[in-house]
Amino acid sequence: MSVHLVLFLAFGAVCVAGAINLLAQTHPINSALSLIAVMAALAGEYLLLGAEFVAAVQVIVYAGAIMVLFVFTIMLLNAGVEERTKGSRVAVLFGIPGMLLGSILVGWVVLRHSGTEAVAAGALPGDPKTIGQLLFHEFLLPFEITSVLILIAIMGAVVLATKPPSSLAGGTARKVD
Amino acid sequence: MPIWLYILASVIKSAVVLVVLLTAVAYTVWLERKVVGHMQNRWGPTRVGPFGLLQPAADGIKFLFKEDLTPPHVYKPLYIAAPLIAVIFALTSIAVIPFGNAITIYGYSIPLQVTDVNTGLLLILGVTSIGVYGVALAGWSSNNKYSLLGGLRASAQMVSYEISLGLSLVGVLIMSGSFSLRDIVNAQGGHFWGFIPRWNIFHGQFIGFFCYLMAAYAETNRIPFDLPEAETELVAGYHTEYSAMKFAMFFMAEYANMITVACLATLLFFGGWNGPLFGPPILQAILPVFWFAAKIFGFLFLYIWVRGTLPRFRYDQLMAFGWKFLLPLSLMNLIATAIAVAW
Repeated sequence: MSVHLVLFLAFGAVCVAGAINLLAQTHPINSALSLIAVMAALAGEYLLLGAEFVAAVQVIVYAGAIMVLFVFTIMLLNAGVEERTKGSRVAVLFGIPGMLLGSILVGWVVLRHSGTEAVAAGALPGDPKTIGQLLFHEFLLPFEITSVLILIAIMGAVVLATKPPSSLAGGTARKVD
Repeated sequence: MPIWLYILASVIKSAVVLVVLLTAVAYTVWLERKVVGHMQNRWGPTRVGPFGLLQPAADGIKFLFKEDLTPPHVYKPLYIAAPLIAVIFALTSIAVIPFGNAITIYGYSIPLQVTDVNTGLLLILGVTSIGVYGVALAGWSSNNKYSLLGGLRASAQMVSYEISLGLSLVGVLIMSGSFSLRDIVNAQGGHFWGFIPRWNIFHGQFIGFFCYLMAAYAETNRIPFDLPEAETELVAGYHTEYSAMKFAMFFMAEYANMITVACLATLLFFGGWNGPLFGPPILQAILPVFWFAAKIFGFLFLYIWVRGTLPRFRYDQLMAFGWKFLLPLSLMNLIATAIAVAW
């Protein structure tokens, strides 16, 4: 077993353990921190697959920026410990067998239709020029569609967050603060 | 190079770099106290050793032997983890910073850098963006209103200024065409008209440098952007509840981050270790490292100078400056650089 494979399995184990811990924890901040661990371990997997740029972006965007906003929100709301429930019977009866079946199916399809040769570190393009070519030339349409989608999401958030004009004028809304 | 020699070289390099960095952190604190003291017509530390030079050692011993209080109302796992996160990620980024060209010992060429990653710049950005959690979690887990406010301010400020920081670096990336810090420095060798060095700051990246410097000051929570620890309103901000070595870890993280920022500014805008070389071969081998260290010293002095000069911003001024001035400016710099390079 090569060092490469050992590292790949180790990062995978961290990933799965973090994901399970994310569900098992009752306090939101612990769940958020496990999600950061999952993101960081995923970045490690990308690195091992030779996608250095994707690994770095994974850490900067997901583990760095987006999760900081999650933690920020949890801190700001001071969300408490969530209540334990017995769990739903539907999830036990259908969810877990369905999930197992789905992952087996996906694994079977992927293993059937892909070669067995491993990707070496540095096999994918890592210099800014090639990435720029790919993003802004080869895959320009998906890139632009994604940016429009994000713009719509931002506008939606602004619309939802703005108070209606009647409450801004005073009256009942002022009593709150 | 045989594998055992490679491992030996890596271990020696890591140890040397870590010791130098920690010493530099300790003596930056000394320098700051001394320089700010003189700026304010005081002497600064004078009692421990000549010119107070042993003051960092005395401080270190004091931090180690002070009582390590843990307030009863904190969330303990994160309260202990937060200073560790802050200091570990602050010290990590030094691993990809190159100090000079490769030196040759007994026929083996050894680069003056712990590890040469070809996405070095992105790695530093990633590591610094993870370092925010140290401050944010310290503020939250302390269970104290001042700490929480400090932590919130720090995370909001760092997320806001990280965008301008990243965009101000893209101009340099366009010009050098590589994420590797070594390539970026090598692209800045040579001179214009025989005497002006071909550093990026003289190569059309002055506005980029300005944006980087402003954003970097905000990222390291230094005056005039030190609102997360504004003592007049927040006691000590996110580290109010910390004492002894845990407090010292936040201090070390802040100064290590300052040094990283100075290293990046030197590498990206001021030509790294490029500088006049003269004299016998041994001097020629040492001079690049000397130029690199001298430039970093210049940036650290600038940090202290600004601290001794400027008052603190108000929080709304900080946010308005970041989003309404710095972000458009760095975007315009990016567009102008792209057009100039495409021409």
